[in-house]
Amino acid sequence: MAVYIEIKRKWEGFSIELQVKSSAKRIGILGASGCGKSMTLKIIAGIETPGEGRIQLGPRILFDSESRINIKPQKRNVGYLFQNYALFPAMTVEENIAAGIKGNKAERKRRVREMTERFRLAGLEKRLPGELSGGQQQRTALARIMAYEPEMILLDEPYTAFDGFLRDRLEQELLTMLDDYQGTAILVSHNRDEIYRFSEDLLIMEDGKAAVFGKSKDIFENPRKIAAARLTGCKNISRVEILNPHSMRALDFGITLHTVREIPGDTSAVGFRAHEFVPIWGKRQKNCIRVQVESRAELPFEWKYYLKPETEEGRRGGESLCWFVQKDKWQELSERGLPDYLQFSEGKLLFLQE
Amino acid sequence: MAVLKNLDWSPLYISLKTGIAATIICFFAGIFTAEKVMKLPPAKKALADGILTMPLVLPPTAAGFFLLLLFSRRRPLGIFLFQNFNIKVVQTWLGCVIAASVIAFPLMYRNARAAFEQVDGNLIYAGRTLGMSEFQIFRKVVLPEAGPGIVSGTILTFARALGEYGATSMLAGNIPGKTGTISQKIAMVIQDGDYQTAGVWVAIVLFIAFMAVFFMNLAAGKRRKNIRKWRE
Repeated sequence: MAVYIEIKRKWEGFSIELQVKSSAKRIGILGASGCGKSMTLKIIAGIETPGEGRIQLGPRILFDSESRINIKPQKRNVGYLFQNYALFPAMTVEENIAAGIKGNKAERKRRVREMTERFRLAGLEKRLPGELSGGQQQRTALARIMAYEPEMILLDEPYTAFDGFLRDRLEQELLTMLDDYQGTAILVSHNRDEIYRFSEDLLIMEDGKAAVFGKSKDIFENPRKIAAARLTGCKNISRVEILNPHSMRALDFGITLHTVREIPGDTSAVGFRAHEFVPIWGKRQKNCIRVQVESRAELPFEWKYYLKPETEEGRRGGESLCWFVQKDKWQELSERGLPDYLQFSEGKLLFLQE
Repeated sequence: MAVLKNLDWSPLYISLKTGIAATIICFFAGIFTAEKVMKLPPAKKALADGILTMPLVLPPTAAGFFLLLLFSRRRPLGIFLFQNFNIKVVQTWLGCVIAASVIAFPLMYRNARAAFEQVDGNLIYAGRTLGMSEFQIFRKVVLPEAGPGIVSGTILTFARALGEYGATSMLAGNIPGKTGTISQKIAMVIQDGDYQTAGVWVAIVLFIAFMAVFFMNLAAGKRRKNIRKWRE
């Protein structure tokens, strides 16, 4: 079902302005904290009202400022999974699940039983939310939403309250349980791994605006915008000065980069992912930079180097570069010592715009 | 004891009846107003809150003065009530109830509002996105969450209504067997220098007030155990 979202709203010192149309079933919204992504979800659900705009779900108009339509959240048929799950503390698991079910007593009972089985909550029906584990809480919240049979589900950074192993498991479980959900689902997150796994279409938000919108895989491949590159995890970004269609000066790295590809005219920055550097020993090659190690950090499965680049003129300066080395490549590094140069492999250069 | 044998128990019944009636009125009125005031925009909220809290900070005799102005049978409202419904407020038991209700009301209202305002907003939003009506949300989500605050508001309201003196003496007077409450009885016998009778009444009122607080705390304590479970 196609979703159309157009929002224009101003607050003191902050505003949201975006327009997105998608027919994907899984949509991700990625953005830093405070970029307006949670507010966007609340507006879609009808918990908050946009000043102007239009929100449409398939043929149904949920909000339209022009024709003064504003469907109450009760009537939107949009489920919302809150950050803390927002289970009703005084109600048992089965009462929570039944909260949104319409129909007579027998019907409600049947639906509740169906949901407790589907979400592996059998035996926990009489428990209060406070007596449940994190996973059980999440399943109860999902069961409650699914029992309501919404046309769309909004997931507002669920499981952020948990960390590490539990978080990964909750995420995995959530995605699995959403597999057989036929409606549209929108996931808001600041975690790129989560978003990458989840979404077909991806909206990247910055300061209340849509920085980039498109197919999720394409955006990770080629973020196009500086904000998108940063949010998809690109660690090395430099302003550039285009010299000619096939070479540009990366001002912050202090290197001139040459490309076979034509550099788009509106390119204002170049990005390079930290694990794409090619170490070079011996003779300098194309797009090579000499670096000095500034600091080094060991992570479970990789090494993280922070490097100070040396400009071609031999001056030191510029921004630190970040280089991730997988542990399996570490062997080579320890045998041959640190490389003389790091190479920006041409195909991996990201041309970015403001 | 001679004092006990000859004691006129009517002040006890009058006070208890007044306290219970006023508590019931304040319970519903307080919750209702709290819910309405909470939703007002900030400026109106400050104004409404100021007016509704007045009886708590005003000297009870000043409140009594306003009540007399309002309900006197020489004034429009008093005339209206008497002529249309044959209702008399001044110098009647109804006066006792009204005086006690007005004085105790802010305690119920403020406690209920504080309790409602600390309910997690996401719970209300969750209710809305699940299609629950505002009334259902209030009854099934907000009220149970606000339970302990409402219980303590009710205790304080009852205790305050039971002991009301200033406004009651002005509006209802001290007619033995009709509007003579315990508080008024104590003041009266003290004036006669009868410390023994006064002492008996003080003991009785102390006992009732303490029992009320004690039992309602017990009830609230049970709820708190659940809350602790909820929050863990």
